[in-house]
Amino acid sequence: MLHAMKNARAGLLAGRRGRLMNAGLALLIGFSLIVLATKAVALGPAYFIQIVVYGFADGSIYALIALGYTMVYGIVELINFAHGDVFTLGGFISLSLLPVFGLIEGQSAGPEVILPLLAIFVISMLACGVVNVTIERVAYRPLRHAPRLAPLITAVGMSFVLEGIMFLWRGPFNLHYPSLLPADTIALGPTGATIAFKDLAVIVIALVLMVSLSLFVERTKLGKAMRATAQDRDAAGLMGIDINRTIAATFFIGAVLAGAGGMIYGLYFNNVVFDLGFNAGLVAFTAAVFGGIGNIQGAAIGGLVIGMIQSLSDGYFDSSWTQVIIFAILILVLVFRPTGIMGMRVPEK
Amino acid sequence: MSGPIASLRRVWTTDPRQDPNPLVYFVLAVTAVAYPIWAQASTDGQGDFLISVLADAGVYVLLALGLNVVVGFAGLLDLGYAAFFAIGAYTYAFLASEHLVVTPLHTAVHLPFWIVLLIGLFVAAGFGVILGAPTLRLRGDYLAIVTLGFGEIVPRIFKNLGEWTSGVNGIAALDKPQLPLWIQGPWSGDPFAVVQDFKIIGSLGFYVIMVLLVGLCIVLVNNLRVSRIGRAWMAVREDEVAAAAMGVNTVRIKLLAFAIGAAFSGFAGSFYGAKLSLVSPENFGFTVSITILVMVVLGGMGNIGGVIVGSLLIYSIIFLFLPALPPLAESWATSLGFGSLVPPDGDWPGIGQEVQRLKFLIFGLILVLTMLLRPQGLIPSRARQQELVAGVHDEPVIEDLEAEPSDR
Repeated sequence: MLHAMKNARAGLLAGRRGRLMNAGLALLIGFSLIVLATKAVALGPAYFIQIVVYGFADGSIYALIALGYTMVYGIVELINFAHGDVFTLGGFISLSLLPVFGLIEGQSAGPEVILPLLAIFVISMLACGVVNVTIERVAYRPLRHAPRLAPLITAVGMSFVLEGIMFLWRGPFNLHYPSLLPADTIALGPTGATIAFKDLAVIVIALVLMVSLSLFVERTKLGKAMRATAQDRDAAGLMGIDINRTIAATFFIGAVLAGAGGMIYGLYFNNVVFDLGFNAGLVAFTAAVFGGIGNIQGAAIGGLVIGMIQSLSDGYFDSSWTQVIIFAILILVLVFRPTGIMGMRVPEK
Repeated sequence: MSGPIASLRRVWTTDPRQDPNPLVYFVLAVTAVAYPIWAQASTDGQGDFLISVLADAGVYVLLALGLNVVVGFAGLLDLGYAAFFAIGAYTYAFLASEHLVVTPLHTAVHLPFWIVLLIGLFVAAGFGVILGAPTLRLRGDYLAIVTLGFGEIVPRIFKNLGEWTSGVNGIAALDKPQLPLWIQGPWSGDPFAVVQDFKIIGSLGFYVIMVLLVGLCIVLVNNLRVSRIGRAWMAVREDEVAAAAMGVNTVRIKLLAFAIGAAFSGFAGSFYGAKLSLVSPENFGFTVSITILVMVVLGGMGNIGGVIVGSLLIYSIIFLFLPALPPLAESWATSLGFGSLVPPDGDWPGIGQEVQRLKFLIFGLILVLTMLLRPQGLIPSRARQQELVAGVHDEPVIEDLEAEPSDR
């Protein structure tokens, strides 16, 4: 009896505390939105739409990387530090394949470009997948039963190895990535705002990839195996699921998306550098946590939200404070809603 | 079991295969004393640079010892440890230099080194509590992410608040440590004299301070480990629910570990600022946090001797071995008859440059291979090793506690 009362009281207290924290978070978000709104009104709607479009484009790339982090974390509870560098590798491989397929800077960005671009896209994605599976096989699988931090250190090591390989391959410089997407813009009504074709392309490609991933995980047998392994590895093994194969497949799919992100990044920003993945990976990881790590839809939404925050902060505040804002939001989200914004679905992983 | 003679006997009587720590401490102590003598003798008195290098390495030893409390003892993953390092260093920069004159305060503060060392310690610990109090309720990995975010924020704030911190340029010309009274003599190349307000400038002075600080910290950390608090940390690390059921206030004990870790970092930061006489936001990034974590894990989490060895090893790989490789490769290429490889030629950047570019790859491979070969670290803690290797608790795994009953 006493015990039950104690429990009830604890629950009540926790509930009150949770409500207080949610109220605090809402207050904070409301305040920032008001500050933002005053600035946005002053600078006009065309600028605002432009910023939002950039935010979506950036966010889609972050979301593609974040998906790999979240899937890997969901299944083996490892922060795969090398993942950001797999993303860079996608940019590097596709950059090197462009001349092979006869695509060069200044080429008329017409339909004849589409097919080779698509081929390069697929090859880079598969290559990144293979690299990541190799990394998993060599550096993570042998340590699956070692102390938890051991694979984290090999992940850091593999990140250095990948960066080292790309450094050796193309040197320490910012590499120019040919702009092959058409530079057309689409006017948006009477506001004077425009959407560049490449913004649209990035968003659409990322969306297609994310939807297909989500369908894959929900509908296919392998997807089911992944979800089962993420929930309980031993039980899944007892049910006849090949754990090693499932984990390898997870790494493969995560890297395929990151590789796609790398090539999209190159086409969109027209430059890549060997340590690009370090910061992009950090931000994408933040996005994954933001959406509730282990949660696939959460990572996609987290990526978009982080991209939007970054774009708004760059556009309306000072870009040197952007990362401070992103990480401060990360900490606040974790303090107020420890399971991320999509946290309710976490048990599913 | 105290006093130098007893310690020596312990080195003698313990089988290093059973417990390598006494041997490690002994070797470290002997090396610490012999190193400056060797450095001066082998370079005809020009060994200041070598001594200075080891004093810098000592900063990392301090950092690794502190992070070991957080990661190794309490089992909390801290990915933003460099933030507290930065806070300690900037505390020193603000309180012991002319810098505050150019900030909106317009008055310089010159507190003595020894006091700022303690202030840096408490300021960093304070920030540790501020960050830890709301977040330590979170599950382990979320804590890691919060610290990662904090570690990203702090250097950027120091960089962006140019009005107070001079931004990227950092703060230079920090005060040197002073001793109120010092006796000069033939050992420093001067006639006998009593000097007041003696300034420590030479690298030997810093080295001596460093060795003393590291020694002090080893004793402190070791005492913490065998104390009631240390046992609570280990209980929390192994099973938080069980520890809470045994009456451990897990949030408080984790907060304590976090604050003590931060304090070490702030302490090391203040020393670092004084030694380098310069602080800049570029020196405290995520790379530093990860380097310290690598030192701890690779050396042997939770084991003080292992952590020290790990930090010295990683330090020498990053700051001595890798920078020394390019000239080495050039001289080898020349002496082996491949002299044509040395100058740059077309796409070939020259062997020195090429080896320079290899350094990421080499460092990464070292990390991966070491972890694959010794997942529990180079010198693992005894308890951990038994858990891992034996799997079953055949013998009591509570380290040294029976030898040193204490209930502090």
